[in-house]
Amino acid sequence: MEEITKKYWKDYQKEIADDNFYYERSCIRQSFFPGSEAAFLKILREILGKNVIDDPNQHTCTGIGYHSDIVPFDTTMTVVARIFSLMKDHGVNNFIPSCVTSFGIFNEVVETWNHFPEEYEKTKHFLKQATGRDFEIPQNISHASDIIYKYRKELKEKMPYRLVNRHTGKPLRVVEHIGCHYSKLFAKKSEGGMEFSKVLVGMIEEWGGEVVDYPERRHCCGFGFRQYIVMANRGYSVANTKKKFESMQPYKPDFIVANCPGCAMFMDRWQYTIAEMEGTTYDDNKMGIPVLTYEEMAGFLLGFNPWDLGLQLHQVQVEPLLDKIGIPYDPKDKYVGKSGNFLGEPEKPENLITVYGK
Amino acid sequence: MGKFYDLLMQDVRFVEGLNACMNCGVCTAICPAAEIYKYDPRQICDIVQSRNEEKIKELLLTDTIWYCGQCMSCKARCPRGNTPGLIISVLRKISQETGLFTNSEKGRQQFAIKRTVGENILNTGYCVHIDIVNPKLHPEQGPVWKWYYENKEEIADRLGANYNKDGSGALRKIPQQNLDEVKKIFEVTGGLDLFNKIEKYSESAAKSMNIYFEKEGINNEYFFQTYMENSGKHEN
Ligand code: SF4
Ligand code: SF4
Ligand code: SF4
Repeated sequence: MEEITKKYWKDYQKEIADDNFYYERSCIRQSFFPGSEAAFLKILREILGKNVIDDPNQHTCTGIGYHSDIVPFDTTMTVVARIFSLMKDHGVNNFIPSCVTSFGIFNEVVETWNHFPEEYEKTKHFLKQATGRDFEIPQNISHASDIIYKYRKELKEKMPYRLVNRHTGKPLRVVEHIGCHYSKLFAKKSEGGMEFSKVLVGMIEEWGGEVVDYPERRHCCGFGFRQYIVMANRGYSVANTKKKFESMQPYKPDFIVANCPGCAMFMDRWQYTIAEMEGTTYDDNKMGIPVLTYEEMAGFLLGFNPWDLGLQLHQVQVEPLLDKIGIPYDPKDKYVGKSGNFLGEPEKPENLITVYGK
Repeated sequence: MGKFYDLLMQDVRFVEGLNACMNCGVCTAICPAAEIYKYDPRQICDIVQSRNEEKIKELLLTDTIWYCGQCMSCKARCPRGNTPGLIISVLRKISQETGLFTNSEKGRQQFAIKRTVGENILNTGYCVHIDIVNPKLHPEQGPVWKWYYENKEEIADRLGANYNKDGSGALRKIPQQNLDEVKKIFEVTGGLDLFNKIEKYSESAAKSMNIYFEKEGINNEYFFQTYMENSGKHEN
């Protein structure tokens, strides 16, 4: 019995590569959280000393178009093959997507090639015909968060801060959202599987926090591709997020951390929308629950300047959380741009309380 | 075998996505779309499995197949390893290829997606890009987003991006040769064909609905019709 259990868990242990990576940027993360991608590269290169290719030639995997069904699967498979071919140009073979949607796409495509060799041959032919290129399947595909998870202990040693409330000495209570396409498509591609995925839990617990378990923990954030892209459908998206918030509220989380850039954005923006539409917030102070990317969480614990990480791009303000941990920040620096000039402040929402320009 | 079932069987995702559904309804229990919309993935599996051509055609014609949010929770839970979400994708593909999608309100929305995400992929190499998330079309993004949008180069570049410039980095300008090759891939693999079909069938739908249509861009009545129309008859 013990052997069987061991074997079962072995299936859910994932191999994560340790160097020589090709970083595939995410359209959503670049647009909404560019500071997170910069922080990831800084952590890998400057703190962990890894070799990571950041190729200017890379492009969309078509993921959002594919899941909203305007891009056929043959096209997506061949676009993915082109990205793998770009990786080959650089002589590395460990692939790191920054987006959960693309992580799902790359895995779906590679699994299809493995199960249906004729699809693989077809894609090779299409890519050659269209571009004259050849490609190889990466040796390893790990989501960017998998790498941070793998090195969580090493990073902890460099962190001046912990996920602990400095006033009470208690661990912060953290909601983790791993994102549907990280683990629901191929549970075995996620360490710990779908239910017990360790990717964010491992970081949170290692760095001093406590994970909140709540009934709708694995419910979709509500993106739904066409259900958000088309304005008429957005009720679907907000209704799903609302369901999650109502379910987590009684556990009084200090913040939410998301694996997927889309989820991080939706859970932040829908809190604003719900507050403005019906006056509801899911915390006690009418300020909302801060939603972070895992790069932001790692970044501020490592002592990066919160305003270089991009925490000012969240609609739900993060200062109360920084204050709880004891992370210093300069309020005057928050709305300053690349040129060093003050850019003015965002308008204030009617219901959601903000601490702009404190 | 019938015409529509044959078309389904030609897609590797259909072969992968459906193996002897036992109608247990677990997928429906977990499905976020079923909770909100008049939608039942178990029933979809039942219909395609029955090979009933009339009923399959009905699916291709109506709003039903457009309700799924592609979260793939069904894949994770189905005791038979089926993926109703993949079956939906194949049905959507056939609905667009045959032009049947323009018969339903939710189906017609494919035009709005093609004109935004689709054009963006070919023109910029990004499927979503800060430049297209205009606060006017996205009030739900809130005032911080508006502030960011209005100062995007200053802010993004402070955060380490390389907004719209040559070289590597977030939001860089993607060199033209890559866009040319991606476009060529769309040509060779049927991606452009699908775009053209969405255009062609949408144009004739606009005509029969008597709504103003333009060959390009989003500044026309048919775009806004498909982007915003909501009869309110979809929810449970
Ligand atoms: S936004 Fe959330 S639900 Fe959507 S693809 Fe990303 S992880 Fe899945
Ligand atoms: S869960 Fe699987 S077997 Fe059960 S109804 Fe859905 S597709 Fe069929
Ligand atoms: S992929 Fe579609 S059918 Fe499957 S659970 Fe998600 S919304 Fe429901």
